[in-house]
Amino acid sequence: MASTEAVVTEPGTRPKLRVEHLGMVYERDGERVAVFEDINLDVSESEFICIVGPSGCGKSTLLKVLAGFLSSTSGSVTFDGESVNGPDPRRILVFQEHGVFPWLTVAGNIGFGLSKLSRAQREERIAHYVQTVRLEGFEHTYPSDLSGGMKQRVQVARALAVNPHILYLDEPFGALDSITRVIMRGELLRIWQSERKMVIFVTHDIDEAVQLADRVVVLSSRPARIEDVLTIDIPHPRNISSPRYLELRDELLKLIGLAYEI
Amino acid sequence: MKIPVWLRPVLLITALLVVWQVAIDRHPGQLLPGPIGVALGILELLHHGLLIKYVVASLFRVTWGFGLAALAAIPFGLMLGWHRRGEMAFYPLIQVFRPISPLAWIPIAILWFGVGDLAAIFLIFVGCFFPLLLTAMSAVHGIPAVYFNAGRNFGLSPSAFVSRVLYPAVVPQLLIGLRITLGIAWLVVVAAEMISVNSGLGFLIVDARNAGNRYDLVVAGMVIIGTIGLLLDLGMRSIENIKSFHWSSSEG
Repeated sequence: MASTEAVVTEPGTRPKLRVEHLGMVYERDGERVAVFEDINLDVSESEFICIVGPSGCGKSTLLKVLAGFLSSTSGSVTFDGESVNGPDPRRILVFQEHGVFPWLTVAGNIGFGLSKLSRAQREERIAHYVQTVRLEGFEHTYPSDLSGGMKQRVQVARALAVNPHILYLDEPFGALDSITRVIMRGELLRIWQSERKMVIFVTHDIDEAVQLADRVVVLSSRPARIEDVLTIDIPHPRNISSPRYLELRDELLKLIGLAYEI
Repeated sequence: MKIPVWLRPVLLITALLVVWQVAIDRHPGQLLPGPIGVALGILELLHHGLLIKYVVASLFRVTWGFGLAALAAIPFGLMLGWHRRGEMAFYPLIQVFRPISPLAWIPIAILWFGVGDLAAIFLIFVGCFFPLLLTAMSAVHGIPAVYFNAGRNFGLSPSAFVSRVLYPAVVPQLLIGLRITLGIAWLVVVAAEMISVNSGLGFLIVDARNAGNRYDLVVAGMVIIGTIGLLLDLGMRSIENIKSFHWSSSEG
């Protein structure tokens, strides 16, 4: 199912996010170092994309550019034809760790982006997303008293509360233990299926990518290019021991250049 | 038998007081008054109404000197911490002024403000300004980039950014800096009062010595200074322990 064409769009869906010839170069000690180059990608509304690649390949930098935190040195990112230049509440980046504000309670964090709403609307929205991420009863708890998984739930809820078009997740479960990570994947899928947001999810975990994504974008090592885009054509809920799952997983491992016999 | 935690320091202090009194009784002389003499001295000061008057005078100067220093140094320090170029410009100057003891300013303070409250307040201000400035600068440097990014992502205006991200992020560091600096203020006020005013606990100590070698009153003044210093520290610690201020210790 791998496509050699980098620009892939599901038939019949209009691309919302369009990444064209995106490249990033920075100078270090007078030398030009390319982080990634010629990244082309179209993503349609409510699509779930995973970006995988060898560690240090520039996945996180790419995500920061897509979210507007960093500027690319060539190419463009547009959403609905509007060019992305700067952070914006319409696209929220969820960080791997320490992303919640420790001086605010769970409710305070989730309501962080809602200061323009009336008090009643804000409380309603907070209550809704507390429920969405299943943190009922923890509304008035501070992050220092939450587990790592719960903090990530708070971050996802805070992001969803402002009703963004795109959710960017930068290895959001990378700092969690393996059991919590599996639970959180299920939670994220459940939330994504009810909210239908576009999700761009950076991970270095092959299984995570095959379990979650509609399409997996495989990056090469530095300077990163799109090696391939793999469509995961298994409906949710996915059986992780089905032949098709294992086949796609093997394919992904091969694309990344890993031997799958250790 | 298990001794409750709160009782331990009480027992230790009592034991030391007993040792002190016994030692003084065995070797009476001019070296030091005993604890009973000191206690009588404190009572005498209370009786004359001097104790309250002097404590209030000292606290008044500390409040002004420390408060003005906090008002000036914290916003300035936060600004310098935020604007690295400004910091680079000011840094050498700050490092030149910082190691000058506030006591070195006493002649200047008297020259500018004469003998009185203003000179003492100025000295406390000078003693507190630089530590607070450096605390505020390093508090900004210590904010994790992820808080800035998260704040920027939700489209905050610059003023909202300051009040909702920058300020809460530096509060724990600032409170620690304020507590330590309040201790400095309390040190400086005693020294300032010994030279530049005619009231306060520092004045009490010099006056007791000059007016008849009343060392019981000297030590009484020292005990009161120490006790109030302890209370100030406890007060600041209780502010630090407020939950929404206290986050840094568990969230590094």
